[in-house]
Amino acid sequence: MSVFGRKPRDQRVRAKGLRAFVALVYGFLFAPIAVLVLFSFNDSKRNATWQGFTLKWYGALFGNQPVLDALWLTMKVALIATVIATVFGSLAAYALTRYKFRGSSMYNGSIYVPLVIPEIVFAVALLSGFNVAGIGLSMKTVIIAHVAFMLSFVIVVVKARMAGFDTRLEEAAMDLGANELQTFFYVTLPFMLPGILAGALLAFVLSFDDFVITFFNSGVGNTTLPLKVYSMVKFGVTPEINAISVFMLLISVVMLLASYKLQGGAPTVVTAKEPAKE
Amino acid sequence: MTKPAENGMAEASASAILGQNAGPLSRAIGRLRGHSFAVANLLMAPTMLWLLLFLALPLGVILVYSFGGRGTYGDVIYGFSFDNYSRAFSPLWLPVILRSFGFAAIATLLTLAMGYPLAYFIAVYGGRRKNIYLILVMVPFWTSYLIRTYSWIVILRSQGVVNTLLQWANIIDQPLDLLNTPFSVILGLTYGFLPFMTLPLYASLEKLDKSLIEAAWDLGASRIWALLTVTIPLSIPGIIAGTLLVFIPAVGDFVTPDLLGGPDTLMIGNVIQQQFLAARDWAYGSALSFSLMAILLLGIFFYVRKVGTENLA
Amino acid sequence: MKKMDKELRVMALDGLAGPMTRRGFIKRAGAAGLLVGASGFIAACGGGETTTTAAAGGGTQELAKEIYFYNWSDYIAEDTIPNFQEEFGVKVVYDNYSSNDTLLAKLQSGATGYDIIVPTDYMITTMLGLDILQEIDLDNVPNVANLYQRFREAPFDPGNKYSIPWQWGTTGIGYNSAKVTDWVDSWDMLWNEAYSGKITMMSEIRDVFAVALFRLGYSPNTRDAAQIEEAKQMLIEQKSLLKHYTSDTYIDELASEDAWISHGWSGDVFQAQLENEAVMYSVPNEGSLTWVDSMCIPKDAPSKHTAEVFMNYIHRPEVAAGISNYVYYASPNEAAEEFISSEILEDPQIYPPQETMDKLVFLEELGEDTELYNTAYQELRAS
Repeated sequence: MSVFGRKPRDQRVRAKGLRAFVALVYGFLFAPIAVLVLFSFNDSKRNATWQGFTLKWYGALFGNQPVLDALWLTMKVALIATVIATVFGSLAAYALTRYKFRGSSMYNGSIYVPLVIPEIVFAVALLSGFNVAGIGLSMKTVIIAHVAFMLSFVIVVVKARMAGFDTRLEEAAMDLGANELQTFFYVTLPFMLPGILAGALLAFVLSFDDFVITFFNSGVGNTTLPLKVYSMVKFGVTPEINAISVFMLLISVVMLLASYKLQGGAPTVVTAKEPAKE
Repeated sequence: MTKPAENGMAEASASAILGQNAGPLSRAIGRLRGHSFAVANLLMAPTMLWLLLFLALPLGVILVYSFGGRGTYGDVIYGFSFDNYSRAFSPLWLPVILRSFGFAAIATLLTLAMGYPLAYFIAVYGGRRKNIYLILVMVPFWTSYLIRTYSWIVILRSQGVVNTLLQWANIIDQPLDLLNTPFSVILGLTYGFLPFMTLPLYASLEKLDKSLIEAAWDLGASRIWALLTVTIPLSIPGIIAGTLLVFIPAVGDFVTPDLLGGPDTLMIGNVIQQQFLAARDWAYGSALSFSLMAILLLGIFFYVRKVGTENLA
Repeated sequence: MKKMDKELRVMALDGLAGPMTRRGFIKRAGAAGLLVGASGFIAACGGGETTTTAAAGGGTQELAKEIYFYNWSDYIAEDTIPNFQEEFGVKVVYDNYSSNDTLLAKLQSGATGYDIIVPTDYMITTMLGLDILQEIDLDNVPNVANLYQRFREAPFDPGNKYSIPWQWGTTGIGYNSAKVTDWVDSWDMLWNEAYSGKITMMSEIRDVFAVALFRLGYSPNTRDAAQIEEAKQMLIEQKSLLKHYTSDTYIDELASEDAWISHGWSGDVFQAQLENEAVMYSVPNEGSLTWVDSMCIPKDAPSKHTAEVFMNYIHRPEVAAGISNYVYYASPNEAAEEFISSEILEDPQIYPPQETMDKLVFLEELGEDTELYNTAYQELRAS
């Protein structure tokens, strides 16, 4: 449903062009996924050539404890790191856009530093840092590392959202009797929410799929899924990994459908559509 | 149009009302609120502390390395010399740097071309299903990067999906050489970074007041004109954010050129990575990294300045 | 009984070598505590054969509860570790890596916790130079006698003081016998313009230069800058013929026939052959490299003794053979021959005949002269 009240004919036609293009973009996004799904049924140890149809990889998957453990660890790390990075990052983005204070430009600049560091440098630097400080590697160090590079992404996204936030909304709310916290929770935060969600989604993917930084900062036995997959590169990434990816896809699709149904299809986000009339 | 928080009127009315509606936490915040410096720093504190401990300090270690030299077996000999930096700026790397910037720039433009309509669609036409469309953009990336890239190889190779289809449709006779070329590298970069452009754009476009666009249409503006004069300017923060989040990591990417590239697609990320791994010359690798970082930070500074600081505060 | 307890404790504490770091102290304290508890248990079991080393000389010794084994991926048979765990009651935590370089970088930066790592030959020299490895107590690894003589006197570690070989192989050319009509027995084939765009070279610095050096008749371990320069020029000429540089995707590319001639490792090409029967392997006449991956113990390994026990177990003939039978590489264990399937033993791609073996050379770590190769490689890739 479009947000527009009326829908004159030419607007609907316009939307068709846009819709067609968007469908193509989604097609582009899912093209390799289609291949990935197909090859999860490949009767071969490798992903290279199609050798025939089989379901054995799905069967093997559920007996393959190391791969399942890796998936579980990856999910845990990604969820924890995403929560931390999103909360801290959103607060920071709020501070940077709402307040002009001495030092804000320095903070603003330093946000970009994690972005420009090449991954291997960051990975090695952090490991050396842990070593010098005598901190042993473990799941905790992986989470720390992930948060460190995720923060900037969250901040940049939420800042983009916050830019142009009309502070008069906050004033208006307080004029009407809300206190600080209420204003934040009922006015500001809902406004930030799409940005926070976008930032969190991005952050999650960054963590979930990270290899270099995780490799260098994980302790013994902390094998995440990317680590497992990359270590298989030499001898062939078996279609088991495709199967697990399909599994992940199914889970996310199911969760999406569930969340949609749970909301009763109602809008999940309250946006400040109507600015306070002056 | 962000106003600083020194708004006397809000303070006055807030404190007048506080007595009635405030709990102890609120009152505390209220007292602080007048001191925006304190509040801002408090909010920034967790992030800054984290970055200081787990970024700045480790980088300091690397900085020390960059002035050192390479030991016999690849360990770092501490010293103080600018040798590594002068080597880093050797003309040997110029084509590599230009290529990296070039590939990244093209990928950024492509992601913008694809991501903007996508974000616009989700924000404006998404309606109740907005979040679902958004998450759908990310879902492909909840699979393994390596497998996705292997899948692209299956699609692009000489007997892959694309070539087979084109030959079957009699559009070409011989298979096209799509893989291990600049084309495949740019494709890989574009694909991998599309969400990094789409999500910030969405965040920015979503707050767009649709009635403004409607008003423009009512006043007789064509869709294109409304797009150019209303929508795009209002989404500039999103565009800036998106371009930064795509361009910067793309420049330093090494996996994509590694897997999808050819002998002539070497990017600066590969070079740096080699120094830390195969060549075991960490001092040189560190110097190269800092040089690259300095160039990028400088670029960001001018870019953000020029394109619209007032939107980024 | 009491006397034996005391002996056990003393021997175990001796065996826990390694630097006295805070973590090392805690580990030692923990291990000692474990011993005190366990020795009572052993006394109760009347000796407990299942948790002591079988073939070690000089009495019994306690084993750790877990060891941490860091190996190449998919480089072990399915039952090797489960059998060890069952027989010795020791849990093996198994992690994987896929390149020597990342292994080294990680260890160099200070990552610790592994008892056994499996680097390739020249990397061992580097690691020794960086003081990352510790000496192995061969009294605990009597099965080392099962190895072929040449692995007992390998140039990078004569006497197996620091390394016990795991598997070995060769480097050569993988090619598609259906598409490549010429005879493939020389490195020249990688420069053959008829196959332009279908040729791949590895992206390992030393391996790439070794090919050109062999072709020019020089040693792959040369320190002569002029020779290296000549090799570099030859490699630059080759660039336009290449599909790309890769150390792993060539396996898939040979299988899918996107590459017809690839510079590669023996076992890898064999993997491709399993997918595509037309793929063959050949060791060129000018000579080539042989390599061996070996088990080593890092300096700060938590459970050195148990690691040695594991190494000894690996070189029981049946166990070593089991690994080869599964991964299709050659075993350095001579006694294993009787248990290795004839399909593998008689395959010249895996066990080359003597005249080929004579042409095979190990890569050597060149210390400072590595810089010559590094620079030349950078110039090659950037040109």
